[in-house]
Amino acid sequence: MKIRIGLGSCGIAAGALKVMEVLKTELDSHNLKLEIQQTGCIGMCHNEPLLDIIEDNGQTFTYGKITEKIIIAIIKQHVLEGKLVEKHLVNSCANPNDFLAEQVRVALRNCGIIDPEQIGHYIDRGGYEALKKAITMSSEGIIEEIKTSGLRGRGGAGFPTWFKWNATRNNPGEIKHIVCNADEGDPGAFMDRSVLESDPHSVLEGMAIAGYAIGAAEGIIYCRAEYPLAIRRLEIAIKQAKEKGLLGSNILGSPFAFDIRIKQGAGAFVCGEETALIASLEGERGMPRLKPPFPAQSGYWGEPTNINNVETFANVPWIIAEGGKAFAAMGSQTSKGTKVFALAGKINRGGLVEVPMGLSLKDVIYKIGGGIKENRNFKAVQLGGPSGGCIPAALLDTPVEYESITATGAIMGSGGMVVMDETTCMVDVARFFLDFTQKESCGKCVQCRIGTKRMLEILERICNGEGQPGDIELLHEIALKVGEGSLCGLGQSAPNPVLTTIRYFQEEYEAHINEKKCPAMQCKALITYRIDPDKCKSCSICAKKCPVNCIKGEKKKPYVIDQNECIKCGNCMEVCPTKFNAVIVE
Amino acid sequence: MLCKCEKEDQNQAADSPDLSMLDEVLDEYRSQAGSLVTVLQKAQDLYGYLPLTILRHIAEEMNIKPAQVYGVATFYTQFRLTPVGKYIIHLCQGTACHVNSSEPIETALIQELKIKPGETTPDKLFTLTNVACLGCCSLAPVMMINGQAYGPLNPNKAVSIVKDFYAGEQQASEGGENA
Ligand SMILES: Cc1cc2nc3c(=O)[nH]c(=O)nc-3n(C[C@H](O)[C@H](O)[C@H](O)COP(=O)(O)O)c2cc1C
Ligand code: SF4
Ligand code: SF4
Ligand code: SF4
Ligand code: FES
Ligand code: FES
Repeated sequence: MKIRIGLGSCGIAAGALKVMEVLKTELDSHNLKLEIQQTGCIGMCHNEPLLDIIEDNGQTFTYGKITEKIIIAIIKQHVLEGKLVEKHLVNSCANPNDFLAEQVRVALRNCGIIDPEQIGHYIDRGGYEALKKAITMSSEGIIEEIKTSGLRGRGGAGFPTWFKWNATRNNPGEIKHIVCNADEGDPGAFMDRSVLESDPHSVLEGMAIAGYAIGAAEGIIYCRAEYPLAIRRLEIAIKQAKEKGLLGSNILGSPFAFDIRIKQGAGAFVCGEETALIASLEGERGMPRLKPPFPAQSGYWGEPTNINNVETFANVPWIIAEGGKAFAAMGSQTSKGTKVFALAGKINRGGLVEVPMGLSLKDVIYKIGGGIKENRNFKAVQLGGPSGGCIPAALLDTPVEYESITATGAIMGSGGMVVMDETTCMVDVARFFLDFTQKESCGKCVQCRIGTKRMLEILERICNGEGQPGDIELLHEIALKVGEGSLCGLGQSAPNPVLTTIRYFQEEYEAHINEKKCPAMQCKALITYRIDPDKCKSCSICAKKCPVNCIKGEKKKPYVIDQNECIKCGNCMEVCPTKFNAVIVE
Repeated sequence: MLCKCEKEDQNQAADSPDLSMLDEVLDEYRSQAGSLVTVLQKAQDLYGYLPLTILRHIAEEMNIKPAQVYGVATFYTQFRLTPVGKYIIHLCQGTACHVNSSEPIETALIQELKIKPGETTPDKLFTLTNVACLGCCSLAPVMMINGQAYGPLNPNKAVSIVKDFYAGEQQASEGGENA
């Protein structure tokens, strides 16, 4: 029997390190010598911290939301007496969890299973077999295999991967480069981070195969500095791969040489754009430039460079090992294979999800995600982050595949999927994304730099109850100009969140502008919290919980909110006992 | 550019940084083309922020125009040109946190600390910064203080966590005085 604990960033944030400590002391106190293995994320973020008990026959039992008390129970009942602690069991072979059962794991094949800091674990699960196979193939053969698989870039645009590889390979140049884009800028997405933290070797192996196919001797991983754990695990993985002769010169005894190094980003969303990323790699301000020439023609130091996303690379070893046909057998007509999503927002079971392309949004949100928190009504799902859009309930049957998602006005993006319910204000969401893009615009193009600012001003005034007739039309007009006049994807797609919310939720805009009302009760300027004097029983709970102490009152008299001080956080409404329900929002 | 730096430099004269701390880094990267971002990152690790004297030193040593160094340092949000507090509060304003009401948390923290995001309290204890997604969206809304994540928050919890840090500091300093 062994015990496994999920130590991804989000497990750690939920307290997994503490769990590890308690577990060790508990085992010691029972004089039990069990192996404790660390692992990355299985993706069940909503159940973190997680703990697996793996029996000698391989059966795995996963316990969730672990606390000190639960550990003690697990050791006493499960480990010592062999009885399951049913109440906290979240997954077992006999009783598979819906969240995991509906998934198909290719890119995440090892996540939450292996110890990412031990290359042996990766190799035991077939790791580096694909590289072994690849160096016996011709580079055309590899590119052909990728073409058969139908793999498209997972970084957002969905460009066929084989095409970029082929172009980089055929373009003239002595030296060529492979770059892995691990800048993951979408604020609300963490697929790439989880892959790097949980299975770094799959990315290294994918890069090495690409290097062989293209004729590059060096790979660079451009990783967000905000991901310290991912960087640390990558460093360990690179070192171990070198020791085993899987990176470096004479890989696996062949003449093929390939090295990988890490470069940390410095916090700029636009550096996810490939030409900006290259500028940043060269130590410059990360500002995009006009394409062509494409990086495949003239990239890092002017040499042919192939840039792919983390998830794209993680799929490559699987494709080479299992064959392009097996990958193409999954998914839909135009979008092959699987896609990883980071499911978050007002969802019951948030986390990391990998599904075959073509599954409907509804299945992802309801079957896997378990529907909306607190039984509220679904309003929209946001795909593609600041470059994407909000898809309404009426379109929930849309399959997740590049073309169908684009047809809704959103984009597939890199995999951020944020679910919104009736308490989310769509005008506020548009404002939120515009605020983001406006701050992240590099400033090179007038339309992007000034246009997003003007759009943000309009959205801010609508949210403040100062919207004017004609604002919606004006937003439309500027949006088109910004889209047309921008050099890179940031500006070109910045209007998407605004355009999709206008398209599907125009009545919400109109309520803000014409009636000065926020139907979702979110826009601070348009709502007030008030205590109903007839219902208030002067229990003082709200006054104690008000973060700015602006509720005053005394015994037997109804409490009153000082409207000048109130920050409209809604805390009072939440804490006022349901039997009184004295706080009202208007 | 010079005149502006010189003026600001006078304010910084009080804690003029030890330039030699950077020697090792400069020796390693001086000859590597394209390593400016990396050098700035290492310098910030060493000094906690990037004082203008350091920027000028890097420019001189790496033979890059000061304006270019300054340009790069101000382009990326990771680089700070002013000192930070002992506790850096990274308040998540990513999409998942936003839809789970992270804004009132910001307002509450602003009222409690009496500083705006990007600023540091006068006692140099807290720096408040907004970040986009800490990657623990299922704990949304989240903040991170010196590497430790807290969530799910509400304004009240956030304020009381900060107050706990503050109380801990006061106790430590009182304890120190008694000892
Ligand atoms: C503003 C902007 C931000 C981007 N951010 C990312 C990112 O964080 N990660 C990523 O893989 N691709 C990002 N991209 C897409 C990349 O430019 C590029 O298309 C991608 O890395 C190519 O890899 P793929 O073909 O494997 O998808 C971004 C593009 C734009 C315009
Ligand atoms: S579109 Fe915006 S981000 Fe892109 S190059 Fe132009 S100004 Fe910069
Ligand atoms: S909404 Fe928040 S700030 Fe306003 S009275 Fe209620 S608890 Fe206090
Ligand atoms: S919690 Fe409700 S009942 Fe109690 S004092 Fe506040 S408003 Fe009145
Ligand atoms: S389980 Fe690690 S990302 Fe959530
Ligand atoms: S959006 Fe806040 S942690 Fe992801």
